[in-house]
Amino acid sequence: MNGAARILMLKGAGVFAALLFSLICGGVFISAIGKDPLQIYLQMFSESLGNPYGIGQILFKATTFIFTGLSVAVCFRSGFFNIGAEGQLMVGGLCIAVTGFSFAGLPSLLHIPLCILAGMAGGAAWGFIPGFLKARFGAHEVINTIMLNFIAAALISYLVNSVFAVPATVHTPPVGHSAELARLESLFSIFKGSPVNFSLALALLAALFVHYVLSHTRFGYELRAIGLGSRAAECAHMNVGLLTMTVTTLSGALAALGSANFVMGYKHYYEIGFSDGAGFMGIAVALLANNRPLAIPFAALFFGMLDYGGLTINTLVPKELVNILQAIVIIMIVLSMKLMDRWMPQFEKTSLPAASNG
Amino acid sequence: MVDAIFNIAFLAQVLRISVPYTLPALGATFSERGGVINIGLEGMLLSGAFATTAATYYANDPLIGIACGLLAGLLMGALHGVATVVLKADQIIIGIALNLFALGSTKFLCQLLFHSSSNSSRIVGIDAWSASLKNIPFVGDILENPFILFAMALAILSHYVLFKTRYGLRLRAVGEHPEAADTLGINVTQLRFSGILISGALSGLGGAWLALDQHSFTDGMTAGRGFIALAAMIVGKWKPLNATIACILFAFAESLVIQLQGGNVPVQFIQMIPYVLTMVVLVSFIGRAVPPAADGIPFEKEAS
Amino acid sequence: MPSSLAIDMRGITKTFRNVRANDRIDLSVEQGSIHALVGENGAGKSTLMKILYGMYRPDAGTISIDGETCTFSTPQDAIGRGVAMVHQHFMLIPTMTVSENIILGSEPVTGLGRLDARKSRADIDKLASKFNLSIEPDALVSTLPVGLQQRVEILKVLYRRADILILDEPTAVLAPQEIEKLFDTLRTLRDDGATVIMITHKLQEVMSVSDHVTVLRNGRVVLACETATTDMATLSQAMVGREISARSRSSSPPSTEPLLSVDHISFVDRQPRPHLDDISFTLHRKEILGIAGVEGNGQSYLVDLLTGMRQPTSGTLRLHGHGSALSHIAHIPEDRHREGLVLDFTLAENAVLGRQREGQFSGPLKFRRRGIADFASTIIKQFGVHPPSMTQRARMFSGGNQQKIVLGRELTKKADLIIANQPCRGLDIGAMEFVQQLLLQQRDSGKGILLISADLSELLLLSDRIAVMFEGKLVTILDAGTCTEYDLGAHMTGASRRSA
Repeated sequence: MNGAARILMLKGAGVFAALLFSLICGGVFISAIGKDPLQIYLQMFSESLGNPYGIGQILFKATTFIFTGLSVAVCFRSGFFNIGAEGQLMVGGLCIAVTGFSFAGLPSLLHIPLCILAGMAGGAAWGFIPGFLKARFGAHEVINTIMLNFIAAALISYLVNSVFAVPATVHTPPVGHSAELARLESLFSIFKGSPVNFSLALALLAALFVHYVLSHTRFGYELRAIGLGSRAAECAHMNVGLLTMTVTTLSGALAALGSANFVMGYKHYYEIGFSDGAGFMGIAVALLANNRPLAIPFAALFFGMLDYGGLTINTLVPKELVNILQAIVIIMIVLSMKLMDRWMPQFEKTSLPAASNG
Repeated sequence: MVDAIFNIAFLAQVLRISVPYTLPALGATFSERGGVINIGLEGMLLSGAFATTAATYYANDPLIGIACGLLAGLLMGALHGVATVVLKADQIIIGIALNLFALGSTKFLCQLLFHSSSNSSRIVGIDAWSASLKNIPFVGDILENPFILFAMALAILSHYVLFKTRYGLRLRAVGEHPEAADTLGINVTQLRFSGILISGALSGLGGAWLALDQHSFTDGMTAGRGFIALAAMIVGKWKPLNATIACILFAFAESLVIQLQGGNVPVQFIQMIPYVLTMVVLVSFIGRAVPPAADGIPFEKEAS
Repeated sequence: MPSSLAIDMRGITKTFRNVRANDRIDLSVEQGSIHALVGENGAGKSTLMKILYGMYRPDAGTISIDGETCTFSTPQDAIGRGVAMVHQHFMLIPTMTVSENIILGSEPVTGLGRLDARKSRADIDKLASKFNLSIEPDALVSTLPVGLQQRVEILKVLYRRADILILDEPTAVLAPQEIEKLFDTLRTLRDDGATVIMITHKLQEVMSVSDHVTVLRNGRVVLACETATTDMATLSQAMVGREISARSRSSSPPSTEPLLSVDHISFVDRQPRPHLDDISFTLHRKEILGIAGVEGNGQSYLVDLLTGMRQPTSGTLRLHGHGSALSHIAHIPEDRHREGLVLDFTLAENAVLGRQREGQFSGPLKFRRRGIADFASTIIKQFGVHPPSMTQRARMFSGGNQQKIVLGRELTKKADLIIANQPCRGLDIGAMEFVQQLLLQQRDSGKGILLISADLSELLLLSDRIAVMFEGKLVTILDAGTCTEYDLGAHMTGASRRSA
């Protein structure tokens, strides 16, 4: 078997093992409350995967996760920890909503791109801040991005409740019809009833775009260089600060687009709490996909399935089980990656032409 | 408002509020001095808070609650240590994963035990049995809460342990240059693990205070204090006494928030203050803050 | 047997993966002697000593200390028997004091674990005066010069009552005058009854200070005798297994055309700490200007200024001819792992590191994969990189091949100025010769090379002129053909200025 294929299989095996262990750990929690894990998991899988409505729901949830996953992954590849996808998502969402209801008269062809751009701008601004602080001051991004999540939540709470709200609700006025994204069911009737919409197409395009940028452009090369060897990149005269700021801004825009799914494609307004941890889910998605853009949609599907699956068994087991699983998956993936790192050089040495002392 | 600030009651409030910042910050100092970054402080605080709530509710005794809070934090610290020190996984990601785990599992258990995923039932606090101290003039307000004394004493004790004892010297060596320590026969893994355990235990205690002060558990009640404690440690340049002072500063900000609520400025902007302050403070101090040299870098022993 | 054997290692074998680092090695060291262990990089000297010191366990063989068979599982066991290692790369903690570094792991404590500062100080002072190794216990190690840091390392082992000291390439970072002081210390220790094993590849030192010598090659002992009965030629023959060809320098003189003019450059950092003080020199085409100096006297700052990583606080730099664009400088960095390569990038990706904006490699946005692949193939062929796989990660190549990738990338730039910073560090003899030949070829083809090296013999071999740096100043520029290592050493340690 070809050496490169062997390496791929090893990595795949590692991921599979990690997921299996995670499900087993989840099973422990389920048993601890007196339920049968196998029965619970089976119900979860069958109700979510077993019918078109369920699949539609999974696709719906996965759409946002693809964007937040891409956002986190792009940053990880350049050595930056983006824990702020949640805040970027929220800010973007509000921008979309405001643009949506403020320009109701425009034709769809203009209104939709306008809203998307507005969302990207909001997320980009929120992503720019920690990147700038790191580039200019060397401030570590983990605390900053987390603080920005809290600040975003407070800011948006104010704006929605005190400025934009429809009275007696926690959401903004509806966006005009011209800003709505059609549901997939309009084309594919099997998805009838589920909220999955055309922002899914946008998400897949985004994944392709990010892949292209990372692998085939100079910008992507430089981005990967700072992630894998920032000192060498500096010595090669790359402008690490500028690159960092660009990456985090781009990443903020990506995360923000995750809100289009909800604001333009489903409820058609911004509702406080809509994000429900999707930003943090993006971290799990990115890690499961090993930060590879083309693998992100698959990882997003997995977590989408878990997320919706959690809802289907909510009467039997608290749906927070999904959050626990999410955390365990992250831990297992990281540990399996570590083990892979330890065994990979062995594998590479035996799989590729023999190295000798030069 | 100025009168409201410069009086003993306010100072007492600030010191009280500083406890859930100081305890995790001191814990984190030990962990990071040993070379292990602990982003999971938030999750350890939260676990401690929930464990305390549940235990106090069922045992109807806050002391048992505190013990359980400490144990919960210790357990989380152990999990962190196994993943990062023994298995050498990335410390930051593990920390974030533990935070998510704590968020999820506390909600899960809260739903199970109290039938609500956001609020628990009410529990007794610890002011019940320290009322007599309140009567001492001037410092009575401060002394009545044993946690405050405990936190202050711990700050001084931490300084002593870190800089005057053999354990502290070895811990610091392991955080600066683990290879050198290893060649001298020092067990790097054990020392680093002890550091992260201490941070877990202390954070658990901080969470216990939160639960007993609020008399209940609320989903996400830590509200970022774990991260702010981390910032305090950085600003304090990894020195326990300085970190404590930074924590008091942040507690001051939180107290201000409480005082200012109900004024003219929208409440959300007041709520932002601690978080914005944290960012500002971090940026101002960052140039002069140098972490232990091997902080965050897993120690790989040479093959033998 | 006239004197007892302090160390008797028999049949020591150690294999790593499929490399036999030690192959049935016998080593006998008499008590109260200085024993040199000689061999080139990769001969197995470090491995053998790490086994003696307890860091590794041998696959086969026995170790006897003072006649008793011993098994060491950890360095602590070895220290318990009086065997200790002074490492080549110091195992010191820069942010801690001398005394903290010395006592670490064997701290004197009172009652509850409190450090006994008074006793530490007293013990250290006693040791220092006994062996004439004066040191300031409360000084931070980071503030000490290299020679004093080594002294701290030696005190560390003496504090643990070691009477068998293993020194790993102890003179690698010292100037000749400091080397003499070290040898005096070693002689004092030997006369006091200690046993010293010195790992080195510098035959001059073997002849001047050791009593016995053992030569390793490819993991085996090829020669073991009293130093007085042998000479450098025999030793070098044994080390390499062939005649070391007399390496000749280039015969043609340097051009008079200036390439790089450095005019009264100074650099002060933000603290403010001065690092470079009024440096001026001119590098010509077809010339190799060597820079000698003990590590930490400003060389790295000079390199940073020349490569554009820092800006001078005053003074000017001028690159003649193509303007001062950074792309017109070839830089072979000191640390190829962290500065020269991205280890997890493939060979092809590393081949364009720093050059990714060149037209042949990328358009305004998109990479030109074909151009990069062609270039990578050229490097592999021209520089003999092995294995010839452009998709393999740089991490997987040996040190010599990694350096070849860096050289391939840098020397094919349209650059007339080459800055080579410790280009042969960590390479075995074959790779070293290859690199040195390459540099000479580049020089002869008209380029100007600035060669920074800690190896004085390398500087003397390759350079036309040698500049010496001391405390941020350019002390002198000597003609390489007429100066000696001792002359260089005098300037490197400031002795020349003091005696003036």
